[in-house]
Amino acid sequence: MTPGLRRPAAVRRGLAAVLAAAALVPAGCRPRSGDVAIQNKGSDTMVNVAQAWAETYQTVAPGVNVEVSGGGSGTGIAALIKGTVHIANASRDVKAEEAEQVRRNTGLDPVDFKVGYDALAIYVHPANPLDAITFDQLAGIYREDGALVSWSHLGAAVPGCKSDEIVRVSRQSSSGTYEFFRERVLSNRDFKLGSRDLNGSKEVVELVSTTPCAIGYSGMGYATPRVKILKVARQAGATAYPPTVESTWNQSYPIARSLHMYTLGAPAGPVKAYLAWILSADGQRILEQSGYVPVSPKGGVREAR
Amino acid sequence: MIREPITAPGPGRRHRRSFWSLLGEQAVEAAIRLSGISAIVFVLAIFFFIFREAAPVLFSEQFDPIEFLFSVQWYPTSAVDVRYGTLALTAGTAGVTLLAMALAVPFGLGAAIFVSEFCGPRVKETLKVVIELLAAIPSVVWGFVALTVLSRLMVEYTSAPVGVNMLNGGIILALMSVPIIVSIGEDALRAVPDSYREAAVAMGATRWQLVFRVLLPAARHGLLAAVLLGVGRAVGETMAVLMATGHAVHVPHGILDSVRTLTANIAAELGEAPAGSEHYRILFLTGIQLFAITFAVNLAADLVVRGTRRR
Repeated sequence: MTPGLRRPAAVRRGLAAVLAAAALVPAGCRPRSGDVAIQNKGSDTMVNVAQAWAETYQTVAPGVNVEVSGGGSGTGIAALIKGTVHIANASRDVKAEEAEQVRRNTGLDPVDFKVGYDALAIYVHPANPLDAITFDQLAGIYREDGALVSWSHLGAAVPGCKSDEIVRVSRQSSSGTYEFFRERVLSNRDFKLGSRDLNGSKEVVELVSTTPCAIGYSGMGYATPRVKILKVARQAGATAYPPTVESTWNQSYPIARSLHMYTLGAPAGPVKAYLAWILSADGQRILEQSGYVPVSPKGGVREAR
Repeated sequence: MIREPITAPGPGRRHRRSFWSLLGEQAVEAAIRLSGISAIVFVLAIFFFIFREAAPVLFSEQFDPIEFLFSVQWYPTSAVDVRYGTLALTAGTAGVTLLAMALAVPFGLGAAIFVSEFCGPRVKETLKVVIELLAAIPSVVWGFVALTVLSRLMVEYTSAPVGVNMLNGGIILALMSVPIIVSIGEDALRAVPDSYREAAVAMGATRWQLVFRVLLPAARHGLLAAVLLGVGRAVGETMAVLMATGHAVHVPHGILDSVRTLTANIAAELGEAPAGSEHYRILFLTGIQLFAITFAVNLAADLVVRGTRRR
């Protein structure tokens, strides 16, 4: 006898049941009709404000869900190239070759919406007597060939800092803030090794607030009462400006950058409405509350293009 | 076809049931064998995967193993000159581990001796439970303690310019490896036959003499294995050292310097290194480096344990 060729009736019934169950599953997973989901991904610098926008927008347009995730500007643009997001956040411009990749992959141009500005503040411990710092001094502290290693080199005696060493606090090498600081302050040269490379903007401020010898850079939105922000001058002798909304607008504060949202082609429908709301007075107020600088001095009444 | 048992249990129902029970037995046996082998398969698969990701850069012509191992220049994302030297990272791992062991071994072995030889049964049970609890604290919680509590104490009471440094990481790692050292060390001491203790006491040895001249030599292999497993724990730890050591690429000159370890470096950089890029592959290569270090430590521990068994 050759067993096993005929399938028992019980097995056939079971198989039928499994198939029926499988057919039922997708029906339960469908989203509620009428809901729209906008995928929004990118810059870590912008993730807080993007989240705040998404949450508030639910009260403005209840049917629209904005799904926000971080990962860095590069991650957002990579997702735009693959066509998997509606809006990519970036704290830098899209590079020419990235724009070319977007065009080749999706047939559409990336469209840029400037949604605000971010100024990088230079933080020190409140006990630090220093009030202002120049670009050259920052480069001397942070750059690979920089010779400034102790606070007395800057003519400052920091109480509580026994070793007189300048403790450099920086960001991990994949951060957009790190790249921006390197480009703007170090003229794209390398950082001096041995800086404390932390994994978040908030951590930088936190460490500086507990370390009298420390100096660090981070978005001005992360300021707390337990740290001091230095004014920055373009060169020795020039006027030093603190990072504020005004000094960012009139470009007198030298370490500021614009924040972008990119879409695939000119947006339409819910995405267009969302971007228009972000650039409206309401959206810009949320941006300002999150510690960033709004797009225009008038409070932003521009329409999305 | 499945073999008939030698003592055929007669025809009909009984025969058929024994066929199924035989089949079931073989299935269970196969399942147990499979789960036994799976451990080996998983380790080999992990090694294969890491190696496959690292291989393209390992065999490329630009790759310079001397620079990779002995240069302190770690500039994976430089805009002008990308350099991958891991000496500072290896030094950081070694430094933090050695410091952790210098703190953990005296405490761990001391606690093991106390628990196994000196305290009464009730204290012993309490201590064992508390030590096991210490082992159950997640490493990110230790990291948080390092960042918020220890780092402030460091700045206040030492001359350290910054609170996150090698000493901080060493203390945290010591706290994490002490439970391992205590529980395995205590097992090793308990494995010493009571006849040794009785003989020593009969000859008039004091408790200290008993511990130092009889128990420690008799249990030395087990104690060494306990220490080496503690080392393995310290080398492989990631989250807590990432938060405690300051994450600075720097060959330490003293215990108050900030350092970066191989594990913390992978954790911090792999997430955003583009998949398939040179930086990504180099990070996998540092993974192999780490694998080699922990493998050597574990192998040493295993050989030592084997040596104990043979005696």
